Amino acid sequence: MTGDDTKHLPLEDLHVAAGARFGAFAGWSMPLTYPAGVMKEHLHTREHAGLFDISHMKLFEISGSGSVALLNRACPLDAGALEISQSKYTFFLNEAAGIIDDLIVTRLGQQRFMVVANAGNAEADEKQLRALAMDFEAKVDALDRVFLAIQGPEAWAALSRAGIETGSLLFMHGFEPRENWFMSRSGYTGEDGFEIGLPETDARNLVAKLVEDERVMWVGLAARDSLRLEAGLCLHGLDITPEIDPASAGLMWAIPKEVRASGAFMGADALRSILERGPAQKRVGLKPEGRQPVRAGAALFDADGNPAGHVTSGGFGPSAAHPVAMGYVQTSLAKPGAKLFADVRGTKIPVDINPLPFTPHRYRKG
Amino acid sequence: MAKTYFTEDHEWLRVEGGVATVGITDYAQEQLGDLVFVELPELGKKLVKGDTAVVVESVKAASDVYAPVDGEVTEANTSLSSDPSLVNSAATSDGWLWKMRLADESQLEGLLDEAAYKAHIG
Repeated sequence: MTGDDTKHLPLEDLHVAAGARFGAFAGWSMPLTYPAGVMKEHLHTREHAGLFDISHMKLFEISGSGSVALLNRACPLDAGALEISQSKYTFFLNEAAGIIDDLIVTRLGQQRFMVVANAGNAEADEKQLRALAMDFEAKVDALDRVFLAIQGPEAWAALSRAGIETGSLLFMHGFEPRENWFMSRSGYTGEDGFEIGLPETDARNLVAKLVEDERVMWVGLAARDSLRLEAGLCLHGLDITPEIDPASAGLMWAIPKEVRASGAFMGADALRSILERGPAQKRVGLKPEGRQPVRAGAALFDADGNPAGHVTSGGFGPSAAHPVAMGYVQTSLAKPGAKLFADVRGTKIPVDINPLPFTPHRYRKG
Repeated sequence: MAKTYFTEDHEWLRVEGGVATVGITDYAQEQLGDLVFVELPELGKKLVKGDTAVVVESVKAASDVYAPVDGEVTEANTSLSSDPSLVNSAATSDGWLWKMRLADESQLEGLLDEAAYKAHIG
């Protein structure tokens, strides 16, 4: 059952025709799996190409002479240092340096940027951007686009067959190949792949070409989750939240050194004082012993039975072929190889702290 | 001759000589998707109707399987420890979950037959 305010994907009819099973996510009715099932969808993405409808995510265009200044205030980012077509993973932080959302900013021109934000936070993000835009000479446009991701080692070949050349585009770069299109070489599976925002009619044409290619399979949200977890990537709302700062989350690599030291972004003071004293907890990968998955919410204990942290996402990794999880532990325990125990329905399952990612990234960096 | 009963919670049980073999229906395994782990009950465990007897875990989620009647666990399907996907491929045969000696056979009267179960899942 879906409530009246549940949002539906523009291409929902295509997913119904493909036999998708739907479920609620971040206010949207989303395809969770297709008839092949989550295991096959996951493995197909790692071996060939998975096609994801991620139109629940939101694209914002920011333009105007103040767009660099706006972004430098909104995010711990040096937007002016981005080359044209370069993308950067960054955040919106609150005044306590908690992560309101994680997003990708791509520079499209001297005074024009694309921001890709998460579904669940799109409204809050838009409000924040519009509020800031009043202080700067900048304009925020929420774009009405279908947003597709095609991920996996054969994604480029499938796009090429569909008439879209990707050759010179490298990982974390994006551009506008056609009017009202935005395409970046990025994704959230750990594989080489692309994200494409485009008008609905164009999207229907592109999907029709892609799904007749045997290398391409529709992949739902369930496999998207197991893919990103194996790749060690955070899901906002679980692994990162407004209560978690980028230092605790182990995401300081996304914040340039100069920005850390002197940036005037929201949350800068709080983040500096967290860095000064060191975060009390850290995000780690967790590998449970045996085959039983350890899931979000499970409490973690040290060998003496003292509380040590908690799991924020967990499940089974079809490519890793064992359960995989992520969570937060006290900083003193956050060392690869350290042994902890997760409470799963009263049973203490041994878990090893494991380096992330669980499956190696295969981005096309050049 | 064994008789098969069903519950509204999508378990089946085949009763022979006071012992029930219990599993989940084909409809249930399809809803759950690929199973990766089955947490089986201990032998001798006394189950009361409605207790969680088994937890089946798919890639995405853990789901409880309830005891359809009262009784004592006499056997668990240990082949699921190495191959939980048997529940997906053979839910009503090799993918059975556990066997239990019934405490009160009259409880079977409250369960569904195959036609009623089919009507229940529509």
